Amino acid sequence: MTTKAVEGERHTIQVTVNGKRQAAEVDSHTLLVEFLRESFRLTGTHVGCDTSQCGACVVEFEGNSVKSCTMLAVQADGGRITTIEGVGSREALHPMQEAFTECHALQCGYCTPGMVMSACDLVRKNPSPSEAEIRDWLDGNLCRCTGYNNIVRAVSEAAQALASGAQAGVKSGA
Amino acid sequence: MKPFQYRLAKSVPEAVAALAQIAEARPLAGGMTLIPALKHGLAAPAALVDLGGIASLRGVSFENGELVVGAMTTHAAVAGSPIVNERLPALGRLAGGIGDPQVRHRGTLGGSVANNDPAADYPAGCLGLGATIVTNLRTVSADEFFTGFFSTALAPAEVITSIRFPVPMRAAYVKFANQASRYATVGVFISQSANAVRVAVTGAGRSGVFRAGEMEQALAKDFRPETLPAHCVALDDLNTDLHASAEYRSHLINVLARRAVEACMGAPSRHPVRHGGAYAF
Repeated sequence: MTTKAVEGERHTIQVTVNGKRQAAEVDSHTLLVEFLRESFRLTGTHVGCDTSQCGACVVEFEGNSVKSCTMLAVQADGGRITTIEGVGSREALHPMQEAFTECHALQCGYCTPGMVMSACDLVRKNPSPSEAEIRDWLDGNLCRCTGYNNIVRAVSEAAQALASGAQAGVKSGA
Repeated sequence: MKPFQYRLAKSVPEAVAALAQIAEARPLAGGMTLIPALKHGLAAPAALVDLGGIASLRGVSFENGELVVGAMTTHAAVAGSPIVNERLPALGRLAGGIGDPQVRHRGTLGGSVANNDPAADYPAGCLGLGATIVTNLRTVSADEFFTGFFSTALAPAEVITSIRFPVPMRAAYVKFANQASRYATVGVFISQSANAVRVAVTGAGRSGVFRAGEMEQALAKDFRPETLPAHCVALDDLNTDLHASAEYRSHLINVLARRAVEACMGAPSRHPVRHGGAYAF
């Protein structure tokens, strides 16, 4: 097979990452996940399978959860991105993170950022999901430790906490 | 991934011009197949022409008795569209059963149809409804559009702009989904309109999506699951791979077609229905 030298290109893109608007230069072929991890050191977004199956790389882009390993950084130009670092903080966990902690919904933690990003997207769109709807929504997020039961319970509890007005850093007491 | 040029097209003519001018350029729709293919070195275009900036390619409308879906409308937008779910719920369920939520947020109707993966869902919807594929140059019937394994009637630098779906009296899509990918191990789309019954099968054929003529004839005479013939497709024409043998796929075609007819007839399902799961009615 002959390989043809193709000049890569650099593009200047404008993105709003976790509320902060910034410009950056990327190659045409830079993946969104590489851009977030390497340009911004937002290493909470993980690379698992790198084939858009495992969901470890899920971030929020323009209000929807997406797999950042299967999107080019240039495609994000002009858009708003939220990563796990923008969801809560060590001092003030998001109710979804609080519920994951309370329900023991993680063991090794590798899938957790993607799980939380996906679960937050679900409860934004469907504030009181049934167990079947939670399991269905998490179809694109693989966990090899927990067996999923505690994750499903955590998402359900977080949805209830959010519905009763819980906010980041404030324990729901539920 | 090998480097490539990237062009964001602002209009269909701009996209077509870029595709015509740059040798080995490919259109980029949602990227849910193309980007993994680039990563695996299965595709190495000199340039990608991104259709994601063309607003006129997105949206759903109902015009002259047909549902018109823009080529860049995402699976999630089709699945959540009130117009689709009122006029043609079988298509909304089909879209809601593709991949997973993150794939449905990016993947598009036009991208899926242009790729014509032999296990994709939308080709079955197009063929099973007798849809019309509208491009920047012409209109092509679904019967003429899907020409084989990952191949279509699209010419180089020809871009799908929308797809027009006639609304039948009743329709249903049932798939036996691969547990990991949600691609169809076999999927059967059946529609009944005043003058025709169409049965389209995806996931099973060695040359991609096809119509099951014997099933159509049987259902045209008597639209009941009992009338469907068993093993009506030659085994040589069916796929054998690590997921299923040709014999198993042959069996599934009949089972899923029966379930699709039952769903058309409004019978309560005897099988679990999950969004995005194994069964999508």
